[in-house]
Amino acid sequence: MRLHIVTGKGGTGKTTVATALAMALASRGGRVLLVEVEGRQGVATLLGHPALPYEERELTPLPSGGRVCVLAADAESALLEYLELFYGMRRAGQALNRLGAVDFATTIAPGLRDVLLTGKATEAVRRRAGARRRAADSASAPFHYDAVVMDAPPTGRIGRFLNVNSEVAGLARVGPVRDHADKVMSVIRSPRTRVHFVTLLEEMPAQETLDGIAEINALGLRVGSVVVNMARPPLLGEDDLAAAANGGLDKAELVSGLKAAGLSDVDGLAAALSDEVRAHALRVRLEHRTRARLTELGRPVVELPHLEGGVDRSALDRLAETLGEQGMDR
Amino acid sequence: MTATHAPSAPRLDVDALIDSPETRIIVCCGAGGVGKTTTAAALGLRAAERGRRAVVITVDPARRLAQSLGLESLDNAPRPVPLPEGTPGGLHAMMLDMKRTFDEVVEEHADPERARQILANPFYQTLSTSFSGTQEYMAMEKLGQLRQSGEWDLIVVDTPPSRSALDFLDAPKRLGRFLDGRLIRFLSAPASTGAFRFLGAGVNLVTSAVNKVVGAQLLSDLRSFVSAFDTVFGGFQARAERTYRLLQAPGTAFVVVTVPDTDALREASYFVDRLAADGMPLAGLVVNRAHPLPDGAGARLTAAEAVRAETALRDAGTHSLASAALRLHAERVRTREHEARLRNRMLSHHRGIRVAEVAALPEDVHDLAGLRTIGAALADG
Ligand SMILES: Nc1ncnc2c1ncn2[C@@H]1O[C@H](COP(=O)(O)OP(=O)(O)OP(=O)(O)O)[C@@H](O)[C@H]1O
Ligand SMILES: Nc1ncnc2c1ncn2[C@@H]1O[C@H](COP(=O)(O)OP(=O)(O)OP(=O)(O)O)[C@@H](O)[C@H]1O
Ligand SMILES: [Mg+2]
Ligand SMILES: [Mg+2]
Repeated sequence: MRLHIVTGKGGTGKTTVATALAMALASRGGRVLLVEVEGRQGVATLLGHPALPYEERELTPLPSGGRVCVLAADAESALLEYLELFYGMRRAGQALNRLGAVDFATTIAPGLRDVLLTGKATEAVRRRAGARRRAADSASAPFHYDAVVMDAPPTGRIGRFLNVNSEVAGLARVGPVRDHADKVMSVIRSPRTRVHFVTLLEEMPAQETLDGIAEINALGLRVGSVVVNMARPPLLGEDDLAAAANGGLDKAELVSGLKAAGLSDVDGLAAALSDEVRAHALRVRLEHRTRARLTELGRPVVELPHLEGGVDRSALDRLAETLGEQGMDR
Repeated sequence: MTATHAPSAPRLDVDALIDSPETRIIVCCGAGGVGKTTTAAALGLRAAERGRRAVVITVDPARRLAQSLGLESLDNAPRPVPLPEGTPGGLHAMMLDMKRTFDEVVEEHADPERARQILANPFYQTLSTSFSGTQEYMAMEKLGQLRQSGEWDLIVVDTPPSRSALDFLDAPKRLGRFLDGRLIRFLSAPASTGAFRFLGAGVNLVTSAVNKVVGAQLLSDLRSFVSAFDTVFGGFQARAERTYRLLQAPGTAFVVVTVPDTDALREASYFVDRLAADGMPLAGLVVNRAHPLPDGAGARLTAAEAVRAETALRDAGTHSLASAALRLHAERVRTREHEARLRNRMLSHHRGIRVAEVAALPEDVHDLAGLRTIGAALADG
């Protein structure tokens, strides 16, 4: 695959998974670009860097020798770059800004913002080695990047974001914007593009994943993996879980354990803890059901553990490795 | 040592808020997905059950709200929500249809021929269905209409899902500025360059850029839109400003909804600052989907004590059930402490703000009973 689009409900770990995926893809020695499009500096925050510029910056090299570059794309810079690159119009950009046109294109007009951002990512996918300009598209030179990973908008907006063609249709049924949108769309529709969904084993994110997958399928785009993030192992064995869920937890055993641990007020404590264990058991049951619903989709389900202490560089290395072990680096 | 308890902030007295006949408008705002729609519906329901004639305007494309109110669907006019016999007040609900609302405003302000022209214009159709800001603009318009009608003594407003909570206040103005602004004038009459001398030598460049980038067809749609819309716009803009001022009136109360995580609290914090800057009345903060510990022996056992006890059991290699229960408890206390830390950090920047906390329910809110539970939790603080 050459373009990996990572979406999911807000806060489920899109930025984390996109970064880990870029590292996993590069771990075989290739060159990978990670693009974020929400203008929120999520990757910089994750890596503890100061804000990244609108520029493809290389991360510290991976041990494998692979290379990951990061681009924090924003619509305004993409617009100015687009005007300059395609029309040689840097000064027009400044005048447009004074007119309020930049504001219009990047915050008010439907779809223009999206076509600019997807345009930037798909340009990187098409780019050939040696040159950065349009002419290079048709060359037979090897691709500049082996893969591009996009940290995409959340599930609620992903369909509209990727369906740039119909999004700009209201404003541009014909003409250059439309041509540009068509070109972007051909990369997004390519058989070598996948949309991955990050989810937690909770009702809402899983439901958004199911809805999002249906939407992506309906658009004729290709769904990749479902990444279950922040998975926690159950703290109890199957039997105890089943008993607790049905309210049949062995209280006497709990009381004697708490006593053995030297705690006081064990009866009150046992009552409180058995409620907590029951809630845990019910949650684990719900997680099983959720996992089953996700598995039924027939897409590969990849699981990442919840890492205590949050995500830093070494945690990202671990997550990347885990993605690789589950075959997502292909 | 527990940051887990003792809410340091004064309590938001939700019942006093909804019972007071002075309260005429409640606006629920906050980051995406925090529970704005749920809170708005729960407040409307509770107000109705305590005797108010309430209406809820929602913006919930997922239609969850209609379902939880026991209605098949909601539309652009307030519909009565069936409540149990003997309910002292009443509840209506409607779902904002931005295109319908926009069309109605056009029809009201333009003569029939002009209105027909505007409604048929392709640029208008895009503007009224998919420009960002239109939803917020029309939500304000609808609020103004309902307030004007005098049929309800309490209007609860749910705000649209958006990237930023501030959009509710900013987007209508941004769109109004665009409709009234230089760009649209320039695009619709690029020939009369005299008016655009401020662009300097840029005029020709811009004209050629615009022609190249957007193409001639859009420009011609835009030109006919501007000439028809111009006469309507003044009345339109004036209404929007009146409604905005309504938000600053004493009968209005903003309820900022959040969940106890960093991003949502940051968003809530911006919003609270902004309300203060614009002189808009904040009733308080709702911290939704929190994970409080139940009172009693469980709440008194700290995470450190639980871990210590668990280690002792593990070393002895016995009592796996108690050991698991203690691990679980430690995790739960830590979650609570983390939430409390985030929350207190935010509150320390906003002293005196009133807070109501609503615990995360085990399941999503599906029906009136669920909304009632949320309403009761809101009132309990
Ligand atoms: N496997 C994990 N284990 C522990 N913490 C995690 C894991 N994955 C993500 N996180 C943490 O969860 C939080 C949200 O992750 P992230 O920023 O990647 O989510 P996101 O989906 O990109 O969020 P947003 O919608 O705000 O862009 C971060 O604090 C991150 O460090
Ligand atoms: N206290 C709660 N416990 C459990 N679930 C809740 C709670 N509050 C809200 N929810 C659920 O969370 C989901 C999101 O809530 P809601 O739709 O009210 O959020 P919102 O802020 O209006 O979202 P949006 O920004 O998308 O409009 C819903 O499925 C709702 O049922
Ligand atoms: Mg992110
Ligand atoms: Mg909502």
